[in-house]
Amino acid sequence: MTTLNCERPLLAAEGLSKMYGRIIGCRDVSFELYEGEVLAVVGESGSGKSTLLQLLSAQLEPSAGRVVYTMRDGVARDLAKLGEAEQRFLFRTDWGYVHQDPTLGLRMAVSAGANVGERLMAVGWRHYGRIRGAATEWLDRVEIDRDRIDDVPRTYSGGMRQRLQIARNLVTRPRLVFMDEPTGGLDVSVQARLLDLLRGLVFDLGLAVVIVTHDLAVARLLSHRIIVMKGGEVIETGLTDQVLDDPREAYTQLLVSSVLPA
Amino acid sequence: MSGPTYNFAYLDEQTKRMIRRAILKAIAIPGYQVPFASREMPMPYGWGTGGVQVTAAIIGADDVLKVIDQGSDDTTNAVSIRKFFAKTAGIRTTTRTADATIIQTRHRIPEAPLGPDQVLVYQVPIPEPLRFLEPRETETRKMHALADYGLMHVKLYEDIARHGHIATTYAYPVKVDDRYVVDPSPTPKFDNPKMNRSEALQLFGAGREKRIYAIPPHTTVTSLDFEDHPFERYRYDAPCALCGSSEGYLDEVITDDRGGRMFVCSDTDFCESQRTAGNKGTMLAEAPEARR
Repeated sequence: MTTLNCERPLLAAEGLSKMYGRIIGCRDVSFELYEGEVLAVVGESGSGKSTLLQLLSAQLEPSAGRVVYTMRDGVARDLAKLGEAEQRFLFRTDWGYVHQDPTLGLRMAVSAGANVGERLMAVGWRHYGRIRGAATEWLDRVEIDRDRIDDVPRTYSGGMRQRLQIARNLVTRPRLVFMDEPTGGLDVSVQARLLDLLRGLVFDLGLAVVIVTHDLAVARLLSHRIIVMKGGEVIETGLTDQVLDDPREAYTQLLVSSVLPA
Repeated sequence: MSGPTYNFAYLDEQTKRMIRRAILKAIAIPGYQVPFASREMPMPYGWGTGGVQVTAAIIGADDVLKVIDQGSDDTTNAVSIRKFFAKTAGIRTTTRTADATIIQTRHRIPEAPLGPDQVLVYQVPIPEPLRFLEPRETETRKMHALADYGLMHVKLYEDIARHGHIATTYAYPVKVDDRYVVDPSPTPKFDNPKMNRSEALQLFGAGREKRIYAIPPHTTVTSLDFEDHPFERYRYDAPCALCGSSEGYLDEVITDDRGGRMFVCSDTDFCESQRTAGNKGTMLAEAPEARR
């Protein structure tokens, strides 16, 4: 495991709010995320989880508040003040974004190798052999057969697509990965395998992760800390085990007790 | 003659000014696609409406025009456009590359090197090199603005992964002046090196897509590639059957339905000048005599 910088938060949200006209997207969200830390955002549909994720990853402009990110050179920058070129560079080097639907995060018409290699080519890799080598290594890491490197993701199963999307995101060794329901839409056994893989990668690489999920089991398995959202506001936050074992708010209690026993 | 009278070179003067402004901007920013208010021309899209408008905007009474289509001076497209300007501008036309001051071209760059007093006008069907990789215009514009060109190499990567080598043979993407990635119109990649540091001004007009771009003289033009799969020129390895030259880019001509074929220079003017100089290919005796 890499040595982690624990002095300054990697990502800090300060009073983030987003209004869609009169409708509240999310209101006054503040938290800090340190390197190597996994934060789960849970809540029901429409509670502002996805809005929050888009605000954090600079895809939406906040109505109020700001997001501060500590760059690789150690300087903390306000995301809204970054130029568009800097934002894009951040997005394909230091960050990853795993969509719930892998067709959004992958180029479905180009081969798996090119999908993984795209970020490398975007940051200036110009040696075919080395790009292919890196792609092969990452297919191994996410347990996709190397023989499938020249196949397009259309021919992949849902679980394989999701693993390919993860490989594509991690190939530039990002420090922060946003995940939007990464296990949604997969059957239970595939979900378990993907979670296992994710947990291994997150801890091996020392990734900081913001993971949005409505599945408490995912939060329990992956995250250190948890944020519970309802109606656009954070209603409870704390260590994952603490919140899930001993929920304080009525809504969290309802959420925890509404998980169906297997 | 009681036919309709035209303004010089068909387009009205305000339109020509508008196109010239676009051309000047294009020259000032080599490789940048300048939008312009493309007019409807008396020919279908795909027949060179963009090239014709550029030519109409820059042509003067003392210019000599050559038009080639796939290197040839005598196809319908080339003949019609030459006649179009002869009629509407009363200018002289030629088929000799060296005599022309403006050369409008579809899909080839002449074999003879071009000089500083010549302008090459390309007819461009799809000016956006990223189009087949990224369908959104808003996104491709942003990619150009930020020089975000990783995607272009994804295409070349796919070529190597599928075919073992870069199999793109025409419309091979180039980088102009180390900044903008440009589609050199569907010329064969054999012609790409001729664009680099050319003494002639190169103008590109896309009528349907309403874009003009330019490569000023002496500008560096590099073909995109990988370190371990460098750009290679491609030419079918045979001498021209008519003039015997091993220099020019070749067309394959099917001569019968029993597998007979011949390879001839696609640049007809180059082929003729070789023959005038006394060079002979193996099938020259059977071919009709070259006429000037």
